[in-house]
Amino acid sequence: MISTPTRYTATAIALHWLLAMGLLGSFLLGLYMADLPLSPQRLKLFNWHKWAGITILALSALRLVWRLTHRPPEDVPMPAWQVRTAHATHTLLYLLFFAVPLVGWAYSSAAGFPIVVFGVLPLPDFVPVSKALAEAIKPWHEWLAWAMALLVLAHTAAALKHHFVDRDQLLGRMWPGKARENIE
Amino acid sequence: MKSSPRIHFATVALALLASTALPAGAQQKLLPAQSDISFVSKQMGVPVEGKFKRFDAQVVFDPKKPEAAKIAMTIDLASVSLGTAETEAELAKPDWFATKQFPQASFQSTAVKPLGGGKYDVAGKLSIKGVSHDIVVPVVLAQAGANTTASGAFTLKRLEFKIGDGDWKDTSMVANDVQVKFKLALAGVPAL
Repeated sequence: MISTPTRYTATAIALHWLLAMGLLGSFLLGLYMADLPLSPQRLKLFNWHKWAGITILALSALRLVWRLTHRPPEDVPMPAWQVRTAHATHTLLYLLFFAVPLVGWAYSSAAGFPIVVFGVLPLPDFVPVSKALAEAIKPWHEWLAWAMALLVLAHTAAALKHHFVDRDQLLGRMWPGKARENIE
Repeated sequence: MKSSPRIHFATVALALLASTALPAGAQQKLLPAQSDISFVSKQMGVPVEGKFKRFDAQVVFDPKKPEAAKIAMTIDLASVSLGTAETEAELAKPDWFATKQFPQASFQSTAVKPLGGGKYDVAGKLSIKGVSHDIVVPVVLAQAGANTTASGAFTLKRLEFKIGDGDWKDTSMVANDVQVKFKLALAGVPAL
């Protein structure tokens, strides 16, 4: 019988860190570009942000499939409420990995700027072009992105707490590189 | 002051009507509610559609004498609808339409060439932002009931009219080619 793995798979680890960088970059780019005056530079940044968002959406789909078909390592010992909170945070993060880019895509479509990924792959519009709809959708993209940022902060803080305070092997399960010895 | 170009074109149209000595009622009437003027510009490969909500046309057209046809159009550039309120505000600026200085674009036909089958080549002068260029627009006429629809499309090079000047001249950001499409519903066109 195969025992529960002590680490995430190499693919899960690669996707985790790749998406961590992509999400952080897109979030910061989004914050920076949102209030720029209309200019070719802003137009370029908006398109880059959209391309990054669609890439994140695609990688998140891949990641979800991988997560559902590969057993993650067992929880490290901690109080039950912490286990529940950690699992709830992960579930919410996964929901937002899809919600934030999809809402952004909807906003772009409603505003009359369909997304053309990398300038070559036109995506379909799943909402009609409508100024009222665009205005209604816009704040949601921002709010959901902020919600994800707060959850990422909590997630990071918890991981650091496990590593530096609890001194358990939690971070090692997701750290790139060679498998470390289990605590037992 | 703003309405003066419109009056001017109406005068021109009336003068044309008188000069061509067509029988009364020969001038056709534009039906704005059933007409459309739109354009598609590409921004980093993204097609963005805009529309003009206010425009007018004076058409004198007799299918038996298409060569004598006269078409004059004016388009209120401030009536553009494109993307968000922010993009519309941008379009009014001097780099784009400069609507304060040039509130209207106009087209004045110089020659109409029948190609058969309800198709025509309409040559004329397109004026935007104080710049005029000769263009030839293919037009197809279709009749249904009492109304006639004139539709067509042509490509306009935005930089020839200084649309998107300054920082926006970069055609890798906003393509030079702009596809203009129109559908003009006209009342009073005699049977083709």
